Amino acid sequence: MANKISDETIEYVGILAKLELSEQEKEEAKADMEKMLDYIDTLNELDTEGIEPMSHVFPVSNVFREDVVTNGDGSVDTLANAPLKKDNSFKVPKTIG
Amino acid sequence: MDITSMTAVELGKRIQAGELSAVEAVKASLAQIDKVEASVHGFVTVDREGALRRAEEVQKKIDDGTLTGPLAGVPAAIKDNLCIKDMPATCSSRILENFKPTFTAEAVKNLEKAGAIVIGKTNMDEFAMGSTTETSYFGVTRNPWNTEHVPGGSSGGSCAAVAAEECAFALGSDTGGSIRQPSCFCGVVGIKPTYGTVSRYGLIAYGSSLDQVGPVARDVTDCAVILEAIASHDPKDSTSMPPGAGGYDFTGALVDDVKGMRIGIPQDYFIEGLDQEVKEHILSAAKVLEEKGAIVEEFDLSLVQYAIPAYYVIASAEASSNLSRFDGVKYGYRTPDYEGLHNMYKKSRSEGFGAEVKRRIMLGSFVLSSGYYDAYYLKALKTKALIKQAFDRAFEKYDVILAPAAPTTAPKLGASLNDPLKMYLGDIYTISVNLAGLPGISIPVGTDSKGLPVGMQIIGSCFDEAKLFRAAYAYEQTRAYERPELVKASKETVSNETASEETVSVKAEKAASEMKTNKLSDEAVRTMEGGDR
Repeated sequence: MANKISDETIEYVGILAKLELSEQEKEEAKADMEKMLDYIDTLNELDTEGIEPMSHVFPVSNVFREDVVTNGDGSVDTLANAPLKKDNSFKVPKTIG
Repeated sequence: MDITSMTAVELGKRIQAGELSAVEAVKASLAQIDKVEASVHGFVTVDREGALRRAEEVQKKIDDGTLTGPLAGVPAAIKDNLCIKDMPATCSSRILENFKPTFTAEAVKNLEKAGAIVIGKTNMDEFAMGSTTETSYFGVTRNPWNTEHVPGGSSGGSCAAVAAEECAFALGSDTGGSIRQPSCFCGVVGIKPTYGTVSRYGLIAYGSSLDQVGPVARDVTDCAVILEAIASHDPKDSTSMPPGAGGYDFTGALVDDVKGMRIGIPQDYFIEGLDQEVKEHILSAAKVLEEKGAIVEEFDLSLVQYAIPAYYVIASAEASSNLSRFDGVKYGYRTPDYEGLHNMYKKSRSEGFGAEVKRRIMLGSFVLSSGYYDAYYLKALKTKALIKQAFDRAFEKYDVILAPAAPTTAPKLGASLNDPLKMYLGDIYTISVNLAGLPGISIPVGTDSKGLPVGMQIIGSCFDEAKLFRAAYAYEQTRAYERPELVKASKETVSNETASEETVSVKAEKAASEMKTNKLSDEAVRTMEGGDR
């Protein structure tokens, strides 16, 4: 069964992935994804009826600790990596019109 | 005394004995980097001043008796996806080119506590996505055994640097084979521990449910010692696990005795695509263990062909989520021209990520999207459960599983990236081990007719590193470590200063001409300016 990725799908995935692709990149992404999905479809040969999806190999669930601060204020160091900063904050383009 | 040829443990012993100092050890590594790095390009960052300063500090602690462990004063290299405070961590990506972490990864911290000296950060496939170290933004790393071939990936820089003797050992990370496959291609020893054994705190995430940090070294003993140093149950990593029954004693397992050990070889691993020479090497290595008293038999593991598709769904899904943090706001690259917030996100990411990373983010976003989640993501997680069950059944019968680490030896540069699916198929022997959370080690067993190393993988049950180390150690006793010609040539000046000067310069010229296709490599090796802070 050959998968077919439409222009709309690749556009939608681009929005989800927050990636801007050129026309050529879109065509390549479509071809890549179709090929990968055809390959991934081999999983359909497997009967997984009644099998619990395994997200973690060991039976551990939430790990709790006391709500106590152990690290100091790292704001200066953290902001040193910001591409743009202002008034001890990250500077971003205007978000509300 | 050829310092850089020593294993980490040998070197550590000499330093403890006062035969040489930590500073001398670091200087020797830096000198070796000067000799071979132009041909190999294993490093993204070399921190010369910082390394020498740390060596002096460590030496003081050795002298006053505070540091007495086997790794004190030993030079190490760290894969560039592990954070070290104030040292760039690029993940070999443009998007993190200028990122300096504000904290140090737990595994590296544990190494520092043991007195190991970080000399630099090693090259890798961008965000650990790739099997050749060719997707690095900073240029390719070359295989020290033959610089026209890849070192494997994604920890190709770590493995090449260890093989080229630029450091005594290195740390790598393994999500689908990224320690074991390049260790195999570079003729060194690399182990991916049981998931949860080494903290992932400070490891820049790719596929969080699969990622695991591990050592790369030139023998099994070093790997056991390094793993003892880096393993910890870390409250800062919620998937970190307490150790198995034997605690963190891995060196206790270094015993040359496999009598009665039950070793299974999955016959469904010996399929089309497996190179004939690799196959013969693995089977004769199995014979060696059998002659030492192990009980070796073939069995049917099953589900082998489903591991790769399941892996690419799970790893890509997790990557698409993990890499959403790179948005041009908090750190890393931001595009210079944009209109509004969303355009800034999209352009920064599109310009900052390379092709393979984008490919996996797109696939991951797709398989997690509404309407496809059940069909792809949940199906892959169910497949993972079945693969785990298949291994559980195998370990009821066998102590360890023996397999190739990769179906071929190292391919030539430029031969893999044009067909991603074909490249992914090269991970067939390593990927299922990550899906099932198991420990796996790759050790060299010989070279093929092209002179490239062949690696054998030994897979253990969860938290049963001891058996894996015992089998690997016992095999290793039957075989001397082999070093690449490039390394031997680099040391001729040490043993025979005047006589070999001519041959070395000829070799250097040859290496320089081989470098021509790798235009990025020289400029890309960055030196940390002004180590003091």
